[in-house]
Amino acid sequence: MALSRLSLRSTTFLKPSSLRRHVTTDTTPITIETAAPFTSHQCDPPSRSVETSSAEILSFFRDMARMRRMEIAADSLYKSKLIRGFCHLYDGQEALAVGMEAAITKKDAIITSYRDHCTFLGRGGELVDAFSELMGRMRGCSNGKGGSMHFYKKDACFYGGHGIVGAQIPLGCGLAFAQKYSKEENVSFVLYGDGAANQGQLFEALNIAALWDLPAILVCENNHYGMGTATWRSAKSPAYFKRGDYVPGLKVDGMDVLAVKQACKFAKEHALKNGPIILEMDTYRYHGHSMSDPGSTYRTRDEVSGVRQVRDPIERARKLLLSHDIATEKELKDMEKEVRKEVDDAVAQAKESPVPEASELFTNMYVKDCGVESFGADRKELKVTLA
Amino acid sequence: MSAIIHGAGAATALTTFHSKKLVARSRTNLPGRSKRCIVASGSDDGSKSFGSSSSLSLRHSHKLIPNNAVATKVDTSATTGHELLLFEALQEGLEEEMDRDPHVCVMGEDVGHYGGSYKVTKGLADKFGDLRVLDTPICENAFTGMGIGAAMTGLRPVIEGMNMGFLLLAFNQISNNCGMLHYTSGGQFTIPVVIRGPGGVGRQLGAEHSQRLESYFQSIPGIQMVACSTPYNAKGLMKAAIRSENPVILFEHVLLYNLKEKIPDEEYICNLEEAEMVRPGEHITILTYSRMRYHVMQAAKILVNKGYDPEVIDIRSLKPFDLYTIGNSVKKTHRVLIVEECMRTGGIGASLTAAINENFHDYLDAPVMCLSSQDVPTPYAGTLEEWTVVQPAQIVTAVEQLCQ
Repeated sequence: MALSRLSLRSTTFLKPSSLRRHVTTDTTPITIETAAPFTSHQCDPPSRSVETSSAEILSFFRDMARMRRMEIAADSLYKSKLIRGFCHLYDGQEALAVGMEAAITKKDAIITSYRDHCTFLGRGGELVDAFSELMGRMRGCSNGKGGSMHFYKKDACFYGGHGIVGAQIPLGCGLAFAQKYSKEENVSFVLYGDGAANQGQLFEALNIAALWDLPAILVCENNHYGMGTATWRSAKSPAYFKRGDYVPGLKVDGMDVLAVKQACKFAKEHALKNGPIILEMDTYRYHGHSMSDPGSTYRTRDEVSGVRQVRDPIERARKLLLSHDIATEKELKDMEKEVRKEVDDAVAQAKESPVPEASELFTNMYVKDCGVESFGADRKELKVTLA
Repeated sequence: MSAIIHGAGAATALTTFHSKKLVARSRTNLPGRSKRCIVASGSDDGSKSFGSSSSLSLRHSHKLIPNNAVATKVDTSATTGHELLLFEALQEGLEEEMDRDPHVCVMGEDVGHYGGSYKVTKGLADKFGDLRVLDTPICENAFTGMGIGAAMTGLRPVIEGMNMGFLLLAFNQISNNCGMLHYTSGGQFTIPVVIRGPGGVGRQLGAEHSQRLESYFQSIPGIQMVACSTPYNAKGLMKAAIRSENPVILFEHVLLYNLKEKIPDEEYICNLEEAEMVRPGEHITILTYSRMRYHVMQAAKILVNKGYDPEVIDIRSLKPFDLYTIGNSVKKTHRVLIVEECMRTGGIGASLTAAINENFHDYLDAPVMCLSSQDVPTPYAGTLEEWTVVQPAQIVTAVEQLCQ
């Protein structure tokens, strides 16, 4: 390792910096082995060799760094009471959002639970829109009316953003049904957590999806804690990828962005041919369940810092980039600084954004159609027109 | 059709209904014209088709048109139109909409190969195939959620609950996702679903199968609720509900599926937010919906013989209320009686009483009276079941009391 570092440094002296920068756009394929093998249930696991490129890994690093920065910024905004209510942070799980995006298109649908900030970003959402929504401003992706748990982006087929645990699973199977109905070759990724994995509606929806051969990919983001309850205390069988029984499953190291990419690519091919599949992503969240949860009453600080040292997705990407000579440490540090500035600018911009007007209270209640205006229960009061 | 009946002094605040082949387009102002309202005398037993009607107001010309439950344009309805039962009218509406728009699909238990437990979807699976008429397993929560998820992408599912009571299992999906997604997504997604099914007190079906869910759903913001009561408005409301971009819950009644009526051949839609004037009158406004309409009309017959002139309005739209029609009626008669099948506590009548008191207090000569079902689970025994629901005799007594 040290030798390669030396060689890296020596090459920077020889090559001018402008030449070095060409690596960031290098798309020649590289094949990298995932750190851990896949475990499968009722199917053959995909190969451990992942096809990627330097530019792609660099983009992974950048995207994950941006997501991490966003979540940290949200943390401090929450503490300064600019974000209220519930705020569920995704730091530690960035590899999932980023790796998934690399394997699919914007026509494939994603639906997730309330831990949706980074998934929104992955789908092409703007930082400003995310922060505005968190702070309840007009500029937000849901006009400030949804909040942290209700991010949506229709043009990128991101269907949210749902507060009730597990309720998004039938919705997601409905998305898959619509995709099958319209005969487009797209799939739906339905994300849920280890806590939601015990919901009855998951199994109901899975049954229908398997029965009707829907292109649904159920992704269990197993961060090992359903709020304060560890998986061994809530599930008799914590092998979530096997709980589909007749539905094939795959267990993936969710902190390894390349493994996630490979698994999602495999799942998409599978779902289009054979119907639903379950992916269990073994991941971890550094924050508590939400900002109201310190995250230390049910797990030790050593555990959290241990995972951060050994499995952190951004660090792993950094090691990959350094060991393959794709970038120098300084470049990566600069990239992180840029990302930090991006996030800070977005926060500042979002803070400037106005709060919704009072009339916004009544917009988007009903859609006006058939030439009928809906006035609500009190039709005599014409001053409020529900648009 | 309903537009003519609504002619009682109504200047339209609503924009006219832009349906392409609507039979009657706008509300016309017909203060002086004689309104021919022929209403069939309802029998308690919804399984029989309706007998001959009787004229209920001295001003109208007496016309006997058999098998009509609702006023129609006298000159056309006798010759054109076709007769069918209410469930057939629902099926016709559904089929026409499925023909018209390939995005419409039906999902529910036994709607496909079985033809629907009340035959509303009979024959549709053969015609449209398994992908459009979907037999679901018994998981209301999941398939309601799936319907809503599909609607987010642009499909227009019609979700059937075999009995409205079963939809309690899907309450989370209906309340949080169906009702609220349009709002919480800042208008990005519309949920054009129709959730329909039979509810209400049937013939000794027992407590769990005799529920009136309109009272539970009425608070959910973002949904619309309508209740059909005749073959004419059943078909019209079904079509309107499917075409609406908003989530609509269509309440049918178990005992009304075999009502027979002649409906027009031409395509028509009923306005989702409009109430139906069943019988104009002067002395008292009786507001009702669904099956209680027929109990009210039975009572109305008795009342007319006693010299009263009740105005009967089928409110049809349970959310939002058509306070426009209701308000105009209250201004005319100054007395209101609400007859509903919901329970007294927290029912549609309770909300309606509050709405009328808030808005039309000045016009009332007497307190609003609300006759509802008893706050008990519906018992199995026939006699007890009869006592839980409002009967015509009670309606007559209430009117006499109010009109003193």
